[in-house]
Amino acid sequence: MSTNAQKRGFGATIWDYLTTVDHKKIAHLYLIAGGLFFLIGGLEALFIRIQLLKPNNDFVSAGLFNELLTMHGTTMIFLAAMPLVFAFMNAVMPLQIGARDVAFPFLNSLGFWLFLFGGLFLNLSWFLDAAPNAGWTSYASLSIAQTGHGIDFYALGLQIAGLGTLIGGINFLVTIINMRAPGMTYMRMPMFTWTTFVVSALILFAFPPLTVGLFLMTFDRMFGANFFDAAMGGNTIIWEHFFWIFGHPEVYILILPAFGIFSEIFAIFSRKRLFGYSSMVFATVLIGFLGFMVWAHHMFTTGLGPIANSIFAVATMAIAVPTGIKIFNWLFTMWGGSIRFTTPMLWAVAFIPSFLMGGVTGVMLGSAAQDYQYHDTYFVVAHFHYVIVGGVVFALFAGAHLYWPKMFGTMLNEVLGKITFVLFFVGFHMTFFIQHFLGLWGMPRRVFTYLPGQGFETSNVVSSIGAFLMAAGVIVLLINVVITSVKNEKVGNDPWGDGRTLEWALSSPPPYYNFKQLPLVRGLDAYWIEKMEGKKGMTPAEPLGDIHMPNNSFIPFLISLGLFIAAFGAMYHGDEGNTWGIPVLIFGLLFTLGSMFVRSIKDDHGYHIPKEELIDDNDKGVKA
Amino acid sequence: MANGQLNSGNPRVDIEYRRKKNAEEMKHQVITFALMIFLTLIAFVAVAYEGFTGWFIVPFILLLAVVQVIFQLFYFMHMSHDGHEAPKLFMYTGVLIAFVTILCYTTIIWW
Ligand code: HEM
Ligand SMILES: [Cu+2]
Repeated sequence: MSTNAQKRGFGATIWDYLTTVDHKKIAHLYLIAGGLFFLIGGLEALFIRIQLLKPNNDFVSAGLFNELLTMHGTTMIFLAAMPLVFAFMNAVMPLQIGARDVAFPFLNSLGFWLFLFGGLFLNLSWFLDAAPNAGWTSYASLSIAQTGHGIDFYALGLQIAGLGTLIGGINFLVTIINMRAPGMTYMRMPMFTWTTFVVSALILFAFPPLTVGLFLMTFDRMFGANFFDAAMGGNTIIWEHFFWIFGHPEVYILILPAFGIFSEIFAIFSRKRLFGYSSMVFATVLIGFLGFMVWAHHMFTTGLGPIANSIFAVATMAIAVPTGIKIFNWLFTMWGGSIRFTTPMLWAVAFIPSFLMGGVTGVMLGSAAQDYQYHDTYFVVAHFHYVIVGGVVFALFAGAHLYWPKMFGTMLNEVLGKITFVLFFVGFHMTFFIQHFLGLWGMPRRVFTYLPGQGFETSNVVSSIGAFLMAAGVIVLLINVVITSVKNEKVGNDPWGDGRTLEWALSSPPPYYNFKQLPLVRGLDAYWIEKMEGKKGMTPAEPLGDIHMPNNSFIPFLISLGLFIAAFGAMYHGDEGNTWGIPVLIFGLLFTLGSMFVRSIKDDHGYHIPKEELIDDNDKGVKA
Repeated sequence: MANGQLNSGNPRVDIEYRRKKNAEEMKHQVITFALMIFLTLIAFVAVAYEGFTGWFIVPFILLLAVVQVIFQLFYFMHMSHDGHEAPKLFMYTGVLIAFVTILCYTTIIWW
């Protein structure tokens, strides 16, 4: 343990996290914030399922149901899944490539605070006005017509949060391109790093369309523009295109890191090298590329015409090919391996059939003629929950168990972990499998209730019970986290015993400078190679020297705060008799620009950890 | 780390060679700068001249703009030097995606 990690007061710890630029601590922040939003989104889901428990239910009103539904989708995608994925990327990727931090630690922190303030703004809508209620897709013809400020919260909140994501993505790209340790060629990068790389590229290209769309929406709703208003010469369909040009790559932004986490898990717990590594890389890149060519499959029923529909149908089905390559590679990785069914491995094994079912319904939806039957029914709901929960959420649970020791230095309890798995797995299939049939029987999605005698009753009860089982699973996980943290039994470098990649060569959690000496990478699964030759750790690639570190900074928080304030001004300025809106808008923007200005003119060269201190650490028996 | 130190001021590099290289680069920059001003002038003339219709002027100006962007990237932002493979890759991908997107917009929204 280094000198920096002594016990500190509570206030000092908070201040440390508010100003930190260390990727490992930012990972904690993403995990905590994303976890909280995940709980909020889960609560909204439970309310939805209670409302749909029986026909003609009046647990919530129709209006509130729309708000719950919209906020559930928006929260889960933008405020839970994305940041949780970012948490693991931040925690693990720099370690996997043998770097001391990301390329731009300051921007890393800025990305987090923008996301948090955006998410906060969005959720304040519950208290300040009405929540957004036009669905997470917020189609323009509906959302422009909504009264109240709900949609404004959506447009502004996502704008701020999206900016943070974009910054984060660019940061990861530069990190992977420039900061790999000596010997870490592209084709030696661990699979999770590869998926992080491709995902960051997707973010780079997919978020600008969202930004543009949200800007147009903001101007239409708050500043009197008419981009989407057909009566004024606008075109309401443009929003759909912008949204889905972003939206389809977005679903791959979520699933690719999940593929990465599972690839690591299959290799570790089968004690085998990942089967077909280069074809995995190829498939990942191909999926990322094709992901941009299929967005109109969400708009088959919009009336694009048979030619456009056919082209996009074919492109959509093409994606199933690289996805299939991956599935087979995972199966072959397990084939003949000496498999250990730890908690992460259970999630990974369960992921294959679950995700596969989502892929199959995806191909069904992808054929345009069939989609006319399925569109806007529960069949679509079943499809995307099978891929997102069965893929992404499973991966987040698996990753949480796998990387918990690396992030916090303690092991989550395996028995409780398996209980979580069973509860969640059973609940998941109960909730969503039956929804395929509800959809085929004609139950429309996004409708707040249904009539008795249509044959929907039993299935909806089953579905709601499943939702509560999933909630129970999550609660067991929370208990697990509390117990583990209270016990606080520290573990060593490689607690699973079969770690293959560089992160497992470091102590858990790693020292704040990660690597005392940058490691020499001699092949794929760098740490495994060294272990197989009987070495204890990595061979250093450089002599011991001073380490250059960035200083903490409070400015990212302030930059984000300014935009948060400005958003309130933008939203309320159009209200009857409002006088403070424009001044607040200007003040907030100036606040942000001022903070950026301070950052630009103030020279901050960081500091050095002197060599002597590093040698001291060595004597105490801590290795890097 | 993988490709650091590419065009940094490493003192051990032959001074004479670097001076020559810099002079040559300077020459290129001056030439392209003059060309860019010239292209801008042409653009103004094209708009001011009475005889051209919008159907000629708009594509023509856009073409000049593309040429200018390429000049900018290659001669002023050193895209022609080694070590810019990754930025190039990303820019070409971005151009490709933008192109396909615009193609789709023009063919299926505003058909
Ligand atoms: C084999 C791969 C896949 C194919 C062929 C596919 C195809 C489709 C199609 C055609 C739709 C539109 C259905 C409709 O609205 O009528 C759809 C919806 C959706 N898909 Fe997929 N999909 C695939 C994989 C995924 C993955 C991996 C994810 C996320 C991780 C995902 C997330 C979604 C979501 C969120 C929606 C619903 C969007 C909405 O309308 O709210 N899909 N999918
Ligand atoms: Cu899609």
